[in-house]
Amino acid sequence: MTEVIATNETILVVGGGISGMTAALEAAETGKQVVLVEKRPYVGGRVTQLYKYFPKLCFPTCGLEINQRRAKMNPNLNIVTMAEVTDIKGEAGDYTATVKISPRYVNENCTACGDCAKAVEAEFDDEFNYNIGKRKGAYLPHRMAHPQRYVLDPAIIGSDDAQKAKDACKVNAIDLDMQEETIEFKAGAVIWATGWKPYDANKIQPYGYDRIANVITSVEFERMADPNGPTGGKLQRPSDGKEIKSVAFIQCAGSRDKNHLLHCSRICCMASLKQATYPADEVDISIYYIDIRAIDRFEDFYQTVKAKENVSFIKSKVASIVENKENGNPTLHGVDTEGYNRYANEHDLVVLAVGMEPSVDKASFPVEIVINEEGFIEPAPENGGVFAAGCSSDALDVNRAVQHATGAALRAIQVVNRVAATEG
Amino acid sequence: MSDLNTAMIEKYRSSFLKEVEANVEEGEWVKMCMQCGVCSGSCPLGKHWDHPPQELFMMIRANKRDEVLGTDSMWMCTSCYNCIARCPRGLPITHIMHGLAVYSKRLGLVQKKQPTAEFSQIFWDNLMKKGRVNELKLGLSMYFKDGFGQGIKNAMANQKLGQNMMKAKRMNAMEFFGGHSVKDLSGFQKMVKKAQEIEEGNLKDAK
Repeated sequence: MTEVIATNETILVVGGGISGMTAALEAAETGKQVVLVEKRPYVGGRVTQLYKYFPKLCFPTCGLEINQRRAKMNPNLNIVTMAEVTDIKGEAGDYTATVKISPRYVNENCTACGDCAKAVEAEFDDEFNYNIGKRKGAYLPHRMAHPQRYVLDPAIIGSDDAQKAKDACKVNAIDLDMQEETIEFKAGAVIWATGWKPYDANKIQPYGYDRIANVITSVEFERMADPNGPTGGKLQRPSDGKEIKSVAFIQCAGSRDKNHLLHCSRICCMASLKQATYPADEVDISIYYIDIRAIDRFEDFYQTVKAKENVSFIKSKVASIVENKENGNPTLHGVDTEGYNRYANEHDLVVLAVGMEPSVDKASFPVEIVINEEGFIEPAPENGGVFAAGCSSDALDVNRAVQHATGAALRAIQVVNRVAATEG
Repeated sequence: MSDLNTAMIEKYRSSFLKEVEANVEEGEWVKMCMQCGVCSGSCPLGKHWDHPPQELFMMIRANKRDEVLGTDSMWMCTSCYNCIARCPRGLPITHIMHGLAVYSKRLGLVQKKQPTAEFSQIFWDNLMKKGRVNELKLGLSMYFKDGFGQGIKNAMANQKLGQNMMKAKRMNAMEFFGGHSVKDLSGFQKMVKKAQEIEEGNLKDAK
């Protein structure tokens, strides 16, 4: 049974991505009791799936390591993984949260030796790599996963594979009888940091993501560029594994569009500019855009990428993509805005810079909350002691999400401080 | 130049955008265009346009009145609605194209022998007679619009089509004499007249 000790002076953080982790750590480091509830089997969220950060092109693993170390060292922080908040009742200063914890089938004895993964045979789409490639039925989600503990896919439970995993474990870490649990605990304030998801590219019908193998999304390209990713860092075409010689990026794929996401997702311009630095200098790169939104200090990065000889910019929202059946090349059709020239350009690979869709479910949100027309949580007095952090509040890059989360932590601390003052 | 055209030039001397907003159906949307170009790229007849929709919107904002009203680009629109479906800003592009065509027609600025404009006029005249389209007469008017000789040639070339339509009862030779009508023809004509008066009134107010 998972035990969570919490009071009305505890801060509940929902979501353990970069924003949730930041808010939880900042609050815990001021001495507050914090419970962090994370749906995935590990913390770090989508940042763990990034190869590099813009604009410095440094590795997110670096900051992640620091945050994970801060988490391990802090006795005020209780991280509950594979858990989802199903209900919150009460008001600011006096909430009761209901949390459903899915079984991991692996207990804290796990040393992450990997013997169970070697023993099992069944393979599943690797969600960490956006379903490019496979993972085993017993797996460590990624190399730096925190907690550093294996997971058994619920689909193998009851099969021979599950028994093989158990038999292979030398430290008795596999518990096949683990059950789903529902726990309740108190909290004074809630930080909602459920982040974002990539906009479903299948909905952008003219771009053919669902029917053209060599049209992929920016998050998939990111995994492909990572040396620890499914292709070992090789940038290759999904259709035939051919090394790419020319790649096109399509901006605003699902953003700033009445038919899709209303808002500008803010990160995609910089993400594509960053990704334009991944291929070798011989690779032709074309960026199709409406306008490049590289704000303040990012302008320098934009200018640097612009100066690269192999990168060209085409001011045009691509109208449609048609596959050349002979060679599998996607052909981009449209009219550019600088000269109104009609083009039909072939590329080896097309990357859709998909937008940020908030992972805030309006319909099932547990408490009264003000959500704007774009699906993000508005800062509003009606929200009581519930504060959005990071991409629950707006489309933000990591830097701004971290700043925003720190602000949210301060709001939550104010609420629990008031509780402390009245309870003496 | 028509009087109306002269009056409009005088009134909107400095801003063609304002003129379009006031007088062209859905013209108030023109300023919302963000020049992404998805309309132009999505138009199946796009390559036949001198100026695709996105360029027309920019020309309107750039005060290129003569070029916009004098082009036949907007007459190329076949109302497939691809542009409206894809426009990220939700501009009713098809309607604006028709609005521009109608406005240039009112001002007497349509290019001579513009086929779509000619067809539109023939269709309108045909419809106004009985309140119903007379397919037979519409077809004949189209065949003979460029003279008797050409008309015979067109009719011969499409002979088979005409016969098949008659066989399938899609067209009736008797329609040549009079033709079918709406029940209340004078009521229909009054209604159209009233609508035209309102439209004329709106333009006069604009003057």
